Amino acid sequence: MRPFTFTQAQDVDTAVQEVSLEGAKFVAGGTNLLDLMKIDVMSPSHLVDITQIALETIEETEAGGIRLGALAKNADTAYHELVETRYPLLSHAILAGATAQLRNMATDGGNLLQRTRCYYFYDTQTPCNKREPGSGCSAIQGYNRDLAILGTSEHCIATHPSDMCVALAALEATVHVTGKNGERAIPFADFHRLPGDTPHLDSNLQPDEIITSIELPAKGFAKHYTYLKLRDRASYAFALVSVAAALELEGDTIKEARIVLGGVAHKPWRVPEAEALLQGQKATRDNFRKVAEAYLQGAQGFGHNDFKIELAKRAIVRALEQATNR
Amino acid sequence: MNTENSLQATTAVRPQLPDTRTVTLRVNGTTHQLQLAPWTSVLDALREHLQLTGTKKGCDHGQCGACTVLLDGKRINSCLTLAVMQENKEITTVEGLAKEGELHPVQQAFIDHDAFQCGYCTPGQICSVIGMVNEGKAKTLDDIRDLMSGNICRCGAYINIVKVAQEALEKNTGL
Amino acid sequence: MKENYTGTPANRVDGRAKVTGEAKYAAEFEVPGLLYGVVVNSAIAKGKIKHMDTSAALQLPGVHQVFTHENRPGYSWFDKHHQDEDAPPGSPFRPLGSNEIKFSMQPIALVVADTYELARYAALLVHVEYEAQPHETDLEANLPRAYKPKKYKSPPPSDPRGDAAGAFDKAEVKLEQAYAHPAHHHNPMEMHASIAIWKEGGKLTVYDKIQGVQNSQQYISNAFGIPKENVQVISPFVGGAFGSGLRPQYQLFLAVLAALELKRAVKVVLTRQQMFSFGHRPHTVQRLAIGASPDGKLQSITHNAIAETSRFEDYNEDVVIWPGVLYDCDNVEVSHQLVDLDVYTPLDMRAPGGTTGTFALECAIDEMAFQIGMDPLEFRLKNYTEKDLNEDKPHSSKELKECYRQGAEKFGWANRKMEPRSMKEGHQLIGWGVAHGAWEAQQQEASAKAVLSPNGKLTVSSATADIGTGTYTVMTQIAAEVMGLPLEDVTFELGDSTMPKSPLEGGSWTVSSVGSAVKLVCEKLQEQLLKMAQKMKNSPFSEAKLADVSFANKQMFLTHAPATSISLQAILDQNEGKPLEAEASQKPDSKQKKYSSYSHSATFVEVQVDEELGTVKVTRIVTAVAAGRIINPKTGRSQILGGSVWGIGVALEEHTVLDHNLGRFMTHDLDKYHLPVSADVHETDVIFVEEKDEIVNPLGAKGLGEIGIVSVAPAICNAVFHATGKRIRELPITLDKLL
Repeated sequence: MRPFTFTQAQDVDTAVQEVSLEGAKFVAGGTNLLDLMKIDVMSPSHLVDITQIALETIEETEAGGIRLGALAKNADTAYHELVETRYPLLSHAILAGATAQLRNMATDGGNLLQRTRCYYFYDTQTPCNKREPGSGCSAIQGYNRDLAILGTSEHCIATHPSDMCVALAALEATVHVTGKNGERAIPFADFHRLPGDTPHLDSNLQPDEIITSIELPAKGFAKHYTYLKLRDRASYAFALVSVAAALELEGDTIKEARIVLGGVAHKPWRVPEAEALLQGQKATRDNFRKVAEAYLQGAQGFGHNDFKIELAKRAIVRALEQATNR
Repeated sequence: MNTENSLQATTAVRPQLPDTRTVTLRVNGTTHQLQLAPWTSVLDALREHLQLTGTKKGCDHGQCGACTVLLDGKRINSCLTLAVMQENKEITTVEGLAKEGELHPVQQAFIDHDAFQCGYCTPGQICSVIGMVNEGKAKTLDDIRDLMSGNICRCGAYINIVKVAQEALEKNTGL
Repeated sequence: MKENYTGTPANRVDGRAKVTGEAKYAAEFEVPGLLYGVVVNSAIAKGKIKHMDTSAALQLPGVHQVFTHENRPGYSWFDKHHQDEDAPPGSPFRPLGSNEIKFSMQPIALVVADTYELARYAALLVHVEYEAQPHETDLEANLPRAYKPKKYKSPPPSDPRGDAAGAFDKAEVKLEQAYAHPAHHHNPMEMHASIAIWKEGGKLTVYDKIQGVQNSQQYISNAFGIPKENVQVISPFVGGAFGSGLRPQYQLFLAVLAALELKRAVKVVLTRQQMFSFGHRPHTVQRLAIGASPDGKLQSITHNAIAETSRFEDYNEDVVIWPGVLYDCDNVEVSHQLVDLDVYTPLDMRAPGGTTGTFALECAIDEMAFQIGMDPLEFRLKNYTEKDLNEDKPHSSKELKECYRQGAEKFGWANRKMEPRSMKEGHQLIGWGVAHGAWEAQQQEASAKAVLSPNGKLTVSSATADIGTGTYTVMTQIAAEVMGLPLEDVTFELGDSTMPKSPLEGGSWTVSSVGSAVKLVCEKLQEQLLKMAQKMKNSPFSEAKLADVSFANKQMFLTHAPATSISLQAILDQNEGKPLEAEASQKPDSKQKKYSSYSHSATFVEVQVDEELGTVKVTRIVTAVAAGRIINPKTGRSQILGGSVWGIGVALEEHTVLDHNLGRFMTHDLDKYHLPVSADVHETDVIFVEEKDEIVNPLGAKGLGEIGIVSVAPAICNAVFHATGKRIRELPITLDKLL
């Protein structure tokens, strides 16, 4: 860990001012940032502690949805009555990630900003375009079991590691941010980026911006949902493939379907055109498989992760079955 | 390829060495004033500055749970938070559980159920069981197994640890 | 009236220290003026360091020195001075020895500073330029280079018996398959750590994470040319090791080097990532060819293993001894070859060779039983051997059949259907598998000292270790029982190189070796007590021999007339306030040589495999163990439970992945190297089968550290086959292999 200066911001405006200094970063839960600072993958020269800012409230919005304060803890969010009853998909997704200890520390805003767990990103003695642009991607020709099969580029095949974000994408959340130029709202689908030729950028959040809240619309799919996470051990592991599935059913006919994949791309992976295939269709295995095929169109494996293509298809079918039968 | 990461080393104005400041930590009911630089984690503050070595370092990255302590009654990984960020919070470590020589019931249960072998993950496991009881979210055996999965035991004492956790839930032996 | 402390479950005597945080592990001793060392590791796998620039690090106030191959002090040149008790044949690695890089993550510098954080930062400023050379790290690509080592570390593979090739050709039922086991890392929860304290006159006190303090002491003495009596190594608690602490690791060498040079106290703790920079269980590929008759009699077994080793040492382990130990077969041929690669030397890891070899053998046997159409347990019974056929010796005891019987009954094995995919619940295919295993019960020479204080408190000591195995507790039980004292009047001390000589704690031999020495030294105290009692006025013991008296309830009494007794205190009161002392060494009895001694296990497993998603859940494990006398059924059960968890890790999760482009282990932390967690572990039962053995050692106990792991992984593999009809021969069985 390299030396850094440290300040605590009491309000959003100060935080935005402070983070505008070159080399500055916010710290809140710290669960990923300190992890990375210790191995020199991230090395801010100035840390702005934002935990004193009053941004931890979870409340209903006028639009009938809810607003998650950016500093609400993952655990408090997952166990919040409003979330458990109206957005159980989100609750389940959060609880599928990390551990009780980490969820007690990690914040909702920070969860969005998690970095990839790619083996090479985590080892400064190996080339990695995300960590050191232009140094090359070790994973494409190397070990890539955990890595992406969709939306990859020749520069990077990292995945976004969050479970929570997969559910937020399915629920069409909006991310509210404040920067030097004021406030703006970013639809969840536009929050994270694909690697393209700028793999060092994970999201479209600007360096001077702070996430203030995450807003969920009224529709919570509390009746037919599932978060299915497949991993290499039963708990405390990142997803090989995960699926957030939410259905609105009328009898056995699907009115609306939401399907988002985790563990397969640089962002939660949603294909609205493929989702639309289910609209007005019966909730059958055959129809689910059709959607699954459509979702994985264009998927490309890199050797060790080839299996994810078939696994993701089967996971989609299983998740939709579970959501239907719940 | 260098061990020095040239790209990051050149950014911004970095202090040659961080300044230290007085950091007030409340640990097991006692207030300590320490001269610390901001780069010191709660875990290193406990172990290297307060000689409270009961809290263990097993990975330093939140990947094992050996450093679990209670922060205002909730379990956290003390390796992943800075001491300067936890002033005026109540930190409880394994050293703060026994009262007047009497072991906390969860400590005694670890002995009675032989819920450890080498003992290195044990303080974290004990704090985690107590935290789990405080948090009140575990209802079933599978809940316990999942909510205790943040504490790795390489000796493999899980069967007995889960038994302790079940008993602690039944008897509601939190903090 | 005799108190039986052995054989009864007792809580750990060090339990309180462990649950309160009072137990001090190597990195936790408070030392005034302590400096912190952080290691810099190599980025490349093979080549040379062209240039190292340490100036930026040294400029920082508070950085004392950066040690590299360029400025390190001299140390002994000879290989033998760097070989420790567990060193395989070859030329051991010397940290900072030269500019040559022999493996990725090789330690190449030690930064020493006032604080840990500062040393960690300064380590980032060490600038290294390499001249990389092509490396070879891929075992499977280098199999044609396999060679028979000049010298084996463990006993060389046995000579062939009968004609395995001929019998295989003639056999009506044949199986020929290859099995692969990846590299594993020990990953004890405590990372390797040493504190070396320089004292006036060049003496050293060292706290080290090690499975034998005297091994570290001898190693430091040899490598640095310091008289042994000037080096004291202390290690009262070890946070797990599983073999990683059998050899002194490089943090010890570097801490001592820095302490000697700086004339200070220096602490070096490895990071979790650095825990992947030294020994590991080697990647091993095995070929088994088995021939049998249609009615299930084994006619031929060929078992070949090829394992990785480093370029500088020939490490091997007992991978191929198991056919001769476990099966009755007239024609057996085994071999063990090595491929040297640009990696660090592999290192004994819990049940070395047993874990690897039993996996392949027991899967192959399961395949053969299935091919023949026989229940796999029945097949094993049909090919049961009463003798150790490798050595052609009888067993000192072998209750494996009883393990089968009790294990099968508890598990409900009789209800198993032969056909794979015959049990299902929803999407979950259910499978039942069985395997058995063995582990050698060895006794090494060991010594112990006993001091009975004037107030009747007994302290026994030996320079052994307790790596979580329960040494403190069982030695206390043994001593208390022999002396007839309550447990709380007995203290057992270990982990100090000044104590009586003890072998490394490993090989499941500590109870057998150190326990036997503890028994003997207490018997010597008994003799002294008897003699003193005889000198007392009108002693009723004047004619008694040691065989005529017993000790219990703090009394000595005539065994045939218990009413004739005297309190130990009354005898001690004759000693003018001085303690009684005795020291003893116990060697294996020569009659043991006529026998083979192994502990045995049979494991029954139930798994659920998702038919579409390939996830495997081990829902039930029953392991029945025959290991002689169980000194402490409570801590013993914990050992076997732990072995089951290891079996789950071996079968389903653990894998240190090498990137051959970089020649580097890439799963080098506990996020990417998966150890089992609580949610992976479900119903697990342990049965200790009664086994009397008066030959194995004076205690009749065989040791439990390793027998609990060997049969679990193959039983899981066999259960997965039974569930799915798919035979996975390459570990770990991750879900992708079952899609």
